Order: sequence, then structure tokens, then C-alpha cells
Amino acid sequence: MEIQLKLNGRPVRDSIDADTLLIDFVRAHGCASVKRGCETSNCGLCTVLLDGKPVLSCSVLAARADGHEVQTLEGLQAEAEEFVAFIADQGAEQCGFCNPGYVMNTIALLRENPDPTDDEIRAYLAGNLCRCSGYEGQLRGIRAFLSARNQAKEGQDRG
Amino acid sequence: MLTIKRYVRAQSLEEAYTLCQKRANVVLGGMLWLKTQNRTVDTAIDLSDLGLDAIEETPEAFRIGAMVTLRQLEQHDGLAALTQGAMAESVRPIVGVQFRNLATLGGSLYGRFGFSDLLTLFLVLDAKVELYHGGTVPLADYAARPYERDILTHIVVPRQPGRVAYRAQRNISTDFPVLTCAVAVRSDGVRCAIGARPMKARLYTGDPALLTGGITPESAAAFGESIAAEASFGGNLRAGADYRRAICPVLVRRALLACKEEE
Repeated sequence: MEIQLKLNGRPVRDSIDADTLLIDFVRAHGCASVKRGCETSNCGLCTVLLDGKPVLSCSVLAARADGHEVQTLEGLQAEAEEFVAFIADQGAEQCGFCNPGYVMNTIALLRENPDPTDDEIRAYLAGNLCRCSGYEGQLRGIRAFLSARNQAKEGQDRG
Repeated sequence: MLTIKRYVRAQSLEEAYTLCQKRANVVLGGMLWLKTQNRTVDTAIDLSDLGLDAIEETPEAFRIGAMVTLRQLEQHDGLAALTQGAMAESVRPIVGVQFRNLATLGGSLYGRFGFSDLLTLFLVLDAKVELYHGGTVPLADYAARPYERDILTHIVVPRQPGRVAYRAQRNISTDFPVLTCAVAVRSDGVRCAIGARPMKARLYTGDPALLTGGITPESAAAFGESIAAEASFGGNLRAGADYRRAICPVLVRRALLACKEEE
């Protein structure tokens, strides 16, 4: 069957099998940031934005994305650059395998809730598993980003 | 491994119904449970184009499309007000936001899964399910039925005055529940559902006379014991029957007292 969707802003048309998963479709179209992890819809590694909402691409048929918009980290570099250095500074990236999924879901979090509390961050990122760092590093990194951003905003308002 | 030979995005309920009469065909919900199965599906029937992803509000009820996601339920102000936050509480521990953006209410209720948090909660909300051919059926009856080849289109939750609370026990956050409990306190009495027993959720009456003097820590505990005595429990990888029987009165008591506190 043939599908057409918008992948990172550009139209993509391709012929697929009925059971092609979205993760395989986007990887076949150059989006290698989307990783295969648990394949049981639990780890968050394969997170993409489908019409702006974070979903697990390992559990979505590519056919279901026909006519919709899909974004991966490859298309959201500028938005990710705002905060990823803060996460790295906290030593939260060890093996780094979970990182693209974390970054994608953090983008979704900050779009939905630009100034989350620690509990809101924990709740939103609960579906992203990291076997290295114990999650505190990611939390500290996002908190450090939010503090720096808010301080800069306060400075601008005063100036 | 899941193998799907053909995918159809149905353009009408009649088309979906006709397709689903064949045993090898499957109606897709969020596809999360289906994805974990080792099976071959002839035709996967997608209801995404049928407008079943909305929550309609009338003065009498909420009419929820079967394709409404758990995340929509979690974020809906009207359902939050109706249940005093129990709706969000029931789905918040389910894996993660990405999962809840896919999983559907229809999938959870049609599946009548033992682990379904939503089946537990919707039972005490006196929900009814609308089936394309089967008409409107109380959820409690639907949950007890064998699977049929009909399309679940909507779930209707009446607006009723009263208090609702939801409590669940998990071995670890985001895991399947070990036990689920929902309680609704209304002028005509208390409704209590227990799920993840690990069998599917069902309503229990307990001994309502224990609450005639009001909800107190003592009466709530005694009522919880009466529910635990009535309910049947089993064991699985997450807990044994005895453990479930032991925590059942605790969850019931906490849910009842939460309803009392909210008054």
C-alpha cells in the first residue's frame, strides 16, 4: 500500500507493507535518532511527535500515520539545542542510548507546560527509561535549563 | 510477532462491522496490547476516520468516543470535575505520556483486561457502552459477556451528583496494577469495583449496612473487609491471592475516606 505523510516538514511518499511500523518507516527515511528499545511500548526510546503529540513509534503502524505529520529529533535540532547541553552538563548522558527519546519527550513537555515543577517533569518523563543514570541527572539538567532561561527572561524584563 | 496482511481505514461503521465479522480480522484500538501478541491478523480495521475521538458533553451525560485516548481522559476538565480528579488518577500511572497518547478507552473496555484501571473506574460511574449493532448495554453487563464481533462506538457516563475516588496498588510506578479499587458515594448508596484481582474488574456490594451511620475510619475499614470477603482473588507474577485479599480492604477504606474528605 502507498502512504504519504509529512516527515520533519517535507512530504514523503512510499510503498509499505500493511504491518510496517512507524519506527521502521522513519528510520528507512534517514531518521536514525529513533531507536528500537523494548518493543513492548514501555521504554520511550522510539518517541516521535505525531501531529505534535509524543507517541511510541514502535507501536504505531506507518499506515496510521498516512496523511499526518511526523517529527523526529532530526527535524527539531534547534528546539533541542536550547536544553540538551544542560542535561549533558549534569552527567545525565552515560551510554546515551535513551537520549533521543528523552529529548523528544522533553520537547513535548516544554511545549505543553513551559515552566513545569519537578513533579510535573518526573510525571511527564515517566515513560522514558534510562538504565544508567537513575533519572536524577536528567531532572537536574532540565531544572538547570529552566532556571537559566527564567533568569535570562527576568534580566531582559528588567533591562 | 504481530503480522498484519491488510490494513483498512474504515470509512463507515457499517464497513468496519462487516469486516470484523471475519475471525481473522481485528479492530485496532491503540494497538499496544495487540502489538505484544504473537499472531497473524488478516485485516486490521482502523476506526481513526470515523470521528470517534471526541468527548461530547450534554446536560445529562458525557458521551466518549471509543477512540478517545487515555491522555484525553486525563486532561479533560469536565471528567475531572465529575470524578473529583479520579479520572486522571486512574490513568496517570499507565506507562507514560507517549503510551497514553495511543491507548484508547474503547480498546481498554472492549479488551476487558484484568489489569484495566479504566474498567474499574467506569464501572462505578454507571457507564454504558454503545455497540453499533448491539445497542446500549450497561458496562457491568458488557464486561461479563464473552467477546462479540460488534463495534464499540461510544461510552456514556451519566452526570450524577456524588463523590468518586480511585486507588490502585503497584509494585513499581508505571507497571500493571496489583489491585485496583474505585468507589462512588451517592445518595442512593455506595458503589465499589475491584479490578486486577488479577481477573477483570467487577462491582461488589459488600455490606452496605455498615455505612448507614456514615463514613468513618472504622465503618470504612469494616466495609472494606466485607468487600474483600465477597471478592475473589487469584495470583500472578505480581502478587498472590492472599496479598490481594489483604490490601483490598485498605484500598476500599482509603477510597471511601477520600470521598468523605471531599464532601
